[in-house]
Amino acid sequence: MADEVILLDGFASIFGMRVRVALAEKAIKYEYREEDLRNKSQLLLKMNPIHKKIPVLIHNGKPVCESLIIVQYIDEVWKDKAPLLPSDPYQRAQARFWADFIDKKLYDAGRKIWITKGEELQAAKKEFIESLKVLEGELGDKPYFMGERFGFLDIALITFYTWFHAYETLGNFSMEAECPKLISWAKRCLQKESVSKSLADQKKAYEYLLEMKKRLGVE
Amino acid sequence: MADEVVLLDYWLSPYGMRLRIALALKGIEYERKEEELNNKSPLLLQSNPVHKKVPVLIHNGKPICESVVALQYIDEVWKDKAPLFPSDPYLRSQAKFWADYVDKTISGFARKLWSGAKGEEMEAVKKDLFDCLRLFEGELGDKPFFGGETLGLVDLALLPFASWFSVHDKFGTFSLEAECPKIPPWVKRCFQMESVSESVPSSDQLYDYVVKMRNSRQE
Repeated sequence: MADEVILLDGFASIFGMRVRVALAEKAIKYEYREEDLRNKSQLLLKMNPIHKKIPVLIHNGKPVCESLIIVQYIDEVWKDKAPLLPSDPYQRAQARFWADFIDKKLYDAGRKIWITKGEELQAAKKEFIESLKVLEGELGDKPYFMGERFGFLDIALITFYTWFHAYETLGNFSMEAECPKLISWAKRCLQKESVSKSLADQKKAYEYLLEMKKRLGVE
Repeated sequence: MADEVVLLDYWLSPYGMRLRIALALKGIEYERKEEELNNKSPLLLQSNPVHKKVPVLIHNGKPICESVVALQYIDEVWKDKAPLFPSDPYLRSQAKFWADYVDKTISGFARKLWSGAKGEEMEAVKKDLFDCLRLFEGELGDKPFFGGETLGLVDLALLPFASWFSVHDKFGTFSLEAECPKIPPWVKRCFQMESVSESVPSSDQLYDYVVKMRNSRQE
């Protein structure tokens, strides 16, 4: 019996793109459904009643929510191809720790860059760059975060690449100048089709962000 | 070669309590080191340089930070006894979702309850908390524990906070029994297990602690 996989998503969602990359890595056929976040579908509200957010993966009718949980689910169910997490428990713990760091520190600081102004924006920018530098330190000289193979932690971070242009412009700084190693790493990841086909265009994401700023009245 | 397991902890930390219960359930011998939160040890700062927080599990010299990451590590390494995570990938994703929900919402309410909120603000916090706990009641259903017949990830994630809420019950701030009738019996069932009662302070012990703190502040 064929698997039925549906992804409820938003085109430039940092979290949604992670799932797209994971599905592409595993060559899983799925139906992509774009959600209008101002007019959420009945299906989304039914499948994620608690958070009402995207992404939601619906596998044979059963919903899985929260992007990092979804990526791990995908890795466990479709385990015969392209393992995303290392096999060693300690390395797995490290990958999970850093993915959690990305969600706790990086995402919030990044969000403040486009939603605040003045001093608050400067503080957010500082925290954002600091967090990226910590991640750069963790990457070191390795091609990917966990070593030779592209995996879970790369997936957790690479989707921020779509928003780099927006952060740079709104925060008035250069990613390349601040974190050159991360930019090389990002370019390496983008050479993979699973990444290049899943990530939204930087300019389109920036335009979308500007529209959101206008709508929220935070210009 | 024997395993060396050290837990950097603080007796009141709900996150530390999660790990204490897990280690007890698995019958793992470990050394517990109590940290003073305003005078953190060099070992803590070295083991968790990113967050500088407890708990930290140190296994044969290697640190694992973030309680849910550490719980998963414990479950993967000591896999022959008392499984904490379901073996089915879908059920595992669900358990992780609910543990994540505890961290996203319940911990925030716990903080607000103790912050001295009054009047309307307090009523709003209480309402949100009860709405949240009712979702957990639904998830528990008729099972003795969230993990089924035995304690699982979600039990460990929620129990330390639920124990604190029972203290509010004693102070008469609200009645957990009236608002979320399934929760107090579930807390009681958990504490009937030695792994829990020997690892975490009971509501009575927490209540006594709060009374003592309040009295000493009045002097």
